[in-house]
Amino acid sequence: MEFKDYYKTLGVERTATADDIKSAYRKLARKYHPDVSKEPQAEARFKEIGEAYEVLQDTEKRAAYDQLGNRWREGQEFTPPPEWGAGFEFTQGGASTTKAADFSDFFSSLFGNFSRHAESAHARGEDHHAKIFISLEDAFHGGTHTITLRAPQVNAQGQVVLRERSLNVQIPKGIRESQHIRLAGQGAPGIKGTTPGDLYLEIHFHPHPLYQVQGRDLSLSLPIAPWEAALGATVKAPTPTGVVEVKIPPGSQSGRKLRLKGRGIPGEPAGDLYLVLDVVLPKADTEQAQQIYHTMARELAFNPRQALGV
Amino acid sequence: MDREQDLLTGSVIGDEGVLSIEELARACSVEAKWIIELVAMGVLEPQGTDISRWRFRAADLTCARRVARLQRDFEASLDAAAVMLDLLDQIEQLRARLKRAGLDVDLDVE
Repeated sequence: MEFKDYYKTLGVERTATADDIKSAYRKLARKYHPDVSKEPQAEARFKEIGEAYEVLQDTEKRAAYDQLGNRWREGQEFTPPPEWGAGFEFTQGGASTTKAADFSDFFSSLFGNFSRHAESAHARGEDHHAKIFISLEDAFHGGTHTITLRAPQVNAQGQVVLRERSLNVQIPKGIRESQHIRLAGQGAPGIKGTTPGDLYLEIHFHPHPLYQVQGRDLSLSLPIAPWEAALGATVKAPTPTGVVEVKIPPGSQSGRKLRLKGRGIPGEPAGDLYLVLDVVLPKADTEQAQQIYHTMARELAFNPRQALGV
Repeated sequence: MDREQDLLTGSVIGDEGVLSIEELARACSVEAKWIIELVAMGVLEPQGTDISRWRFRAADLTCARRVARLQRDFEASLDAAAVMLDLLDQIEQLRARLKRAGLDVDLDVE
């Protein structure tokens, strides 16, 4: 596993006081908190910061960590020394298993031994949460999704170890962004045979190249020619369930929305698909095209800025 | 890697209230009385009249977990966390509107 330089993570010196550490943590937490941050990788950074703080804010853990000395570098291959943990008693215990799931192997190898106490306070296994990203197509047709989770488990020696497991999950047709799938009994195992917790999967869609999703409705920007907009026309439009023909009413402008009822995400009721018209001008790159534009300019007496009074 | 073969079917938590107060509290690792406070503040809006019949929706689950995180990670009071929640909601709505308007820019929030 890789060594973690917790001082570097928080950007403090090894001699930093508890106040320095707290203040560094608070600044970074504000910057990278996944609920408020738009930084890329905010969530991963926030976990690293939380892990570093978990160790450095606790006098006992920090003292134990400091014993490893300063010969290790961030990312260096690391195995705990055989004498590790001797002479230390961690009163705070390790992190709770919920937190431990977010922490690195490095953390759990050093501090995972001391978690049993915290865990046994819960009669029932804790619920776990994960986000999954599915395609819009899965919401239309239903599908299966394989998710790999790192779940902390308490082994026979009472240590908390992180185990990877993968689950195949049925994605029901009609599922929407921000809904959850609750898998009973797939959370943390219960202690001494009590009920395990549940696993909640929060649904998110991968961005789709064509459709914008809003709740159960979709929207699609549909390019049309000026004469289709002006005179009306029947044109083809893609939908998630296949190509359809739609009537463009005469006199349409860019931004006009046409609603295709029931063509959004399936369900009771099904969502709608909005086609947002986008009038696209042909290029005037041939003499003939220029002629046509000149004719329009001459014959139409059209002032698009009339409403501006100029 | 265990259970690789099984196909798991879960229950969907969506716009209909399905979670009881105990289930929601457990999912957020909080006490039931903390949920009651959030309902009193109007942050959560369960279906059902009395507490034992309250049923919470997906949006309640998302909000409650978010408030719990904000409170824990910033040592914020419940009121402060609720205000943060409202502001974050507004930012999200504005971002979504920008995106729909074709202005898919990431605002500089420094």
